[in-house]
Amino acid sequence: MQTQASSGTARQIQISGIDIDLWEGGTGRSLLLLHPGDGFDETAPYVAELASRFHVIAPSCPGFGRSGDPAPHMKSVDDLSYFYLDLLDSLDLRDLIVVGFSFGGWLAAEIAVKNTARMAGLCLVDTVGAKFSDPMTRDIADLFSLPLYQHPQLIYHQEKWRQKSYQALSDEQATVLARNHQTFGLFGWAPTLHSRHLRHRLHRINIPTQIIWGAEDRVVCPDYGRQWLKAIAPAQLTVIDDAGHYPQIEQPEPFVRTVEQFVQRCPRS
Amino acid sequence: MQSWYFSEQSYAPAWDEPVSPKVTAPSSLVDPETAHRLLSEYIAECKLADDLGMNIMTNEHHAAYTCMSVSSLMTLAVLATHTRKARLLALGVPIMNRMDPYRVAEEAAYVDVLSRGRLELGLIKGSTFELYMSNSNPVTANARYWEAHDLVLAALKKKDGPISYESDNFNYRYLNVVPPCYQEPTPPIWMTTLSPAMAREAAQRGYVIAITAVARAARACFPAYREEYERVHGQPAPLDRLCYLGQVVVARDEATALERARKLLRFNEASERIDARYINPPGVMPPSENARLLKSGSTTTHRNKTLPDGTPMSNPPTPREQIINHVLFAGTPDQVYNQIKTFYDSVGGFGNLLVQLGAPMGHDEICDSLSLYAKEVMPRLQALTRSYEMA
Repeated sequence: MQTQASSGTARQIQISGIDIDLWEGGTGRSLLLLHPGDGFDETAPYVAELASRFHVIAPSCPGFGRSGDPAPHMKSVDDLSYFYLDLLDSLDLRDLIVVGFSFGGWLAAEIAVKNTARMAGLCLVDTVGAKFSDPMTRDIADLFSLPLYQHPQLIYHQEKWRQKSYQALSDEQATVLARNHQTFGLFGWAPTLHSRHLRHRLHRINIPTQIIWGAEDRVVCPDYGRQWLKAIAPAQLTVIDDAGHYPQIEQPEPFVRTVEQFVQRCPRS
Repeated sequence: MQSWYFSEQSYAPAWDEPVSPKVTAPSSLVDPETAHRLLSEYIAECKLADDLGMNIMTNEHHAAYTCMSVSSLMTLAVLATHTRKARLLALGVPIMNRMDPYRVAEEAAYVDVLSRGRLELGLIKGSTFELYMSNSNPVTANARYWEAHDLVLAALKKKDGPISYESDNFNYRYLNVVPPCYQEPTPPIWMTTLSPAMAREAAQRGYVIAITAVARAARACFPAYREEYERVHGQPAPLDRLCYLGQVVVARDEATALERARKLLRFNEASERIDARYINPPGVMPPSENARLLKSGSTTTHRNKTLPDGTPMSNPPTPREQIINHVLFAGTPDQVYNQIKTFYDSVGGFGNLLVQLGAPMGHDEICDSLSLYAKEVMPRLQALTRSYEMA
């Protein structure tokens, strides 16, 4: 995977008794990045591109990265959303554009249906978290019915990414990814990568919303993204070609351009 | 030495199909008439075991051609009325994957009453691949297992009215087991494990532990159990607290026994054919171990693939190799006794042997092997443990 030197710095903060690894970089309007199920990768090119335009704030969720373990009562993304509301209050973050990727999109939506007072806009990137179909139809591919080392084959569209190997990782790096996957399982195992209640609450999102989808996403297909579009009144959808579940990785330039154009349309809160 | 007959009650005719025999196995490949015949034969074998003076063990798996016993206690309920003397061991009820501990307690009490107090109850974790069927969260499964364990026992012991119970995992307004168990305060409790840590947990509680056909686990767990038992209870662990499961095949001549064993070992091969997708759900193993698998790009089952000196076994392992590894005990009655005694001596003794037989051995072969075992091996094992305990 193409990497580059970090464009920001990480520090440890404590929120509600849990140590959180908080990465920040850049200046300008504040973007809160909520990472996907495999964690935050500060070396991904899209991060530096966003940090060259915005003030990027990227906390690692409890149980991910170098953050501490979730509190014992935290068993759902709904539980996590309250923790993040505490985080936003504690850091006194305002006028945020919240960008959530996959699992992070689910978390972003759970936060937004509760309280958008500190948010100027919401950006959901190939998000999971809501179920729209009948009980016998899966909206969301079961990422837990696949060994972690096989995830690239499902997540990515471009062959160079689908052949990603973890062999060259250090033991420490691999352990972080394995722990991330364990926490991903804690929050997403059942119901599989969704909350039963969320689709009934999406109408409460009343801020500008940009939905971004990889055209070749096989975890959640573009039609699923269109269900999100219908459920959130102020939303618009942009589909990025030649990208799967992580368009921010496979197509960083159109992804960043879409985010930039969206932020320009968001009134300051 | 108590001997317990055990069959997985498998559907061997489907093992040659080019599908995974677990989780996604299509049930259309099971012929109902053949399944009926096989299940009837398995019950008949258990009745024979009872007649021969053996005890009986049942297990439970789900969505698997390797085991049609979908409920350990349901099979024992059938056997409760088809047997007279055999102790009936459920080994076990996978309370990590059974979502309603109240039902487990009720079913256990029912079997205990129906059998007039012959139930022995194994409260086990169960196979990790079945987390995909139960949807029990693998990350929190261990904590949930212990909570379910405590709740089942509390329910069985409470005789003066219902329990109210409210937790993150379970909610009961009135948890009340009627009829209550025949045995007081509960049937004897068992656990299975390959882990010394779990062996210590069982020792603290005085439970029987069973090691399922992994000799190195017995060598690690039996000493851990003994040490913890003596520390907590102030006396050495009785032999009857320790159990080993082996595939035990007896015949009048070695060649016939090994031929029967080759058939039985096909169960091991079929059991190994589990899709890598379902072997390792997140959170079952620690991140450090999962990191190793991530870097290697592969997942394997826990079954031993080498001989004690590190030499890789054949693929599939031969009967002689599995005899060396103490997975299989096979031969004439004398040979089987000597093989068991050798292993028995190497682990400091144990008081229970689970005698596994099954398809694709034929029903007549199983009955013949059982009869030879019961008449010509079992009495010698009983004398062996009597002499151990008198020493």
